[in-house]
Amino acid sequence: MTDAYGLLSHDHVEKHKHIGVSVSREESSNLKVALVGNPNVGKSLFFNYLCGVYVDVSNYPGTTVELMNGRFKSFEVFDTPGVYGISSFSDEEVVTRDVVLQADVVLNIVDAAHLERDLFLTQQLIDMGKRVSVMLNFMDDVKKLGLQIDRELLSSCLGVPVFATTATSREGFEQIEPAIEQARRGEPDPSLHHRLHGMLSVTGSEAEALLILEGDEAIARQHGIQPGVERDAAYIDRRNHVNFIISAVLSEKNLRKRFATSLGRWSVNAWTGIPMLLIALYLIYLFVGRLVAQDIVNFTETTLGHQLWEPWIRGVVVHYVPASSWLGTLLVGEFGVVSMTVTYLLFLLLPLVIAFYLSLAIMEDSGYLPRLATLVDRSLNALGLNGSAIIPLILGFGCVTMATITTRLLGSEREKRISTAILQFAIPCSAQLAVVAALLTGAGFSAILIYSATIFTVFVAIGTILHRTLPGTTTPLLIDLPTMRLPRFDNVIRKTAYRTYFFMKEATPWFFTGALGVGIMQATGLLMVWENLLNPLTTGWLQLPRAASTAFVMGMVRRDFGAAGLFQLALTPHQVIVSLVTITLFTPCIASLMVMLKERGLKEALVVWTGTWVVAFLVGGLLSQILI
Amino acid sequence: METGSIPLHQATKGSYVVIRHVPEGRSKAQLIRLGILKGQLVRCLERLPGGTVVIEKNRQEIAIGVALARMILVAYTGTDLLSNS
Repeated sequence: MTDAYGLLSHDHVEKHKHIGVSVSREESSNLKVALVGNPNVGKSLFFNYLCGVYVDVSNYPGTTVELMNGRFKSFEVFDTPGVYGISSFSDEEVVTRDVVLQADVVLNIVDAAHLERDLFLTQQLIDMGKRVSVMLNFMDDVKKLGLQIDRELLSSCLGVPVFATTATSREGFEQIEPAIEQARRGEPDPSLHHRLHGMLSVTGSEAEALLILEGDEAIARQHGIQPGVERDAAYIDRRNHVNFIISAVLSEKNLRKRFATSLGRWSVNAWTGIPMLLIALYLIYLFVGRLVAQDIVNFTETTLGHQLWEPWIRGVVVHYVPASSWLGTLLVGEFGVVSMTVTYLLFLLLPLVIAFYLSLAIMEDSGYLPRLATLVDRSLNALGLNGSAIIPLILGFGCVTMATITTRLLGSEREKRISTAILQFAIPCSAQLAVVAALLTGAGFSAILIYSATIFTVFVAIGTILHRTLPGTTTPLLIDLPTMRLPRFDNVIRKTAYRTYFFMKEATPWFFTGALGVGIMQATGLLMVWENLLNPLTTGWLQLPRAASTAFVMGMVRRDFGAAGLFQLALTPHQVIVSLVTITLFTPCIASLMVMLKERGLKEALVVWTGTWVVAFLVGGLLSQILI
Repeated sequence: METGSIPLHQATKGSYVVIRHVPEGRSKAQLIRLGILKGQLVRCLERLPGGTVVIEKNRQEIAIGVALARMILVAYTGTDLLSNS
């Protein structure tokens, strides 16, 4: 390797370089080991192997913001979110940065098939002066692609040990422990030493000095100094240095085009991608909409919930508390905390959430999701979002509460705000969709058309209006598309289980709180007052029967309750459209309100919540004035 | 053999282009990390209606939204000698 700064500087550099001692047995107790790598390099598979505890394996850039840690022998192991570099550009990077700064050893997982992308981070870790071992993962892909990597030369260029693994089949995993023990400080980018010199005396830590030099504001603030302005220069130098290493270690033998590559290309072409999207959506519909939402939920909700659980728990409760007392109403009444809420959570929501997360996991692990985000990017731009927002929007059709939590993965506050509003206003959740579909089919084809067109118009209008009025601009899409591969069954299952558990854990208290709140309103008569207040609007403006206001009040608790309440009314087809449009646009269920309060804060949640009332009655009313 | 610069979102599908300018701002660091910087050779794989582009650099596929792609200036290399498909 040539040193850009010539021989003169060489001794000088050596003087500052600590000898790269490897980790001895004695000092290995309580050693902090950080697993660091780009997104989709199989970090979590390493973590699972080491610690046994399951962690979310992400295939979509940036879905694990939670930090996982566990123990392996005497090591404390941290699994970090996937990043392309260490800095403070996003929550993921901040989390990873902090873990790396504190770690004694960094196990850098690298996608061997994408060295150009991954080695930038590797070199940065080395430049930070951390003890590093590189795990070249997906070596099977390298072979399939007809590539060859000179591992010894790479190790010599980087100055750290390099190991070969294939995480999906756990090949080479026995080398993880030696890798941790042999980790050492590598060869920093030669041009860097000069830049780093002044800063080092201020921070005392090479890693922090480097980050400040590269413009990390948070770290600079900790030391009370101005962040450096040399990020671009340092990045470009590193990039060129990495490219130089790669040109030496990587050779292409017989480059073959794989089917997976072609499939990936077709999915981001407008002509082939849209039919592929339609097929994917249809398959999801068959699985989630037909099999789970209808067949399975019919059994769980009706048989297990209404017929077995509710009578049993009612029997138990009335043994101690009279059913007609206020406590009885709260516990096992219409909105009973232990009757209705339990059925709702376990027998309706749980199967649906599992089904949706399963579909999402398959789309993610196959590498399709980032491509779908690419395909719909431009359309979502019109609503002030970029392609990544497709994930919460799709999930919204499963459960708006679940989707509202997922908006966290979006790039900016502005995008979180817009997508949350769209979800709360215009996306009907699966529980409600089932009832809506049943009622609409009865009202005829034109009813379906008018309903869909109206909801879609509102969907577009909300997004467009917010995009035009909110300050700021949309973050442009910039994602790498991972190789398409067949998802691993156990991985998909574990991911689904982990996410379902996480969602239920997070959302369950809010469902109970919501049910309790409405139960109290019912017991104190507030619910009746509310209903009476709504009456003039319902009968006068919407031209619906008086009893429809009960449906709207019920809709506050559970969206599908509201829609189901309409079943019992004798409505004309036009009234069906008006009432369904109103109830779809109407405020989402109490649990999603609670989650929105938590995610978006009181003020914003109340604005959105009030807004749904206004929009629902305005649009419903206008439709009524035109139709009826 | 180079012609003038054009924005990346206007590059013909399948063409090889050399990056001539990358915009300043928040996206720049990420672009550099992904290897999209001045002087680099990339292939325009796909150009979706509306301008979202997919480019390929050393087997790595990267999707770029139109707002960013129109700020990246490229020049045709005027050759498809490097084509491997």
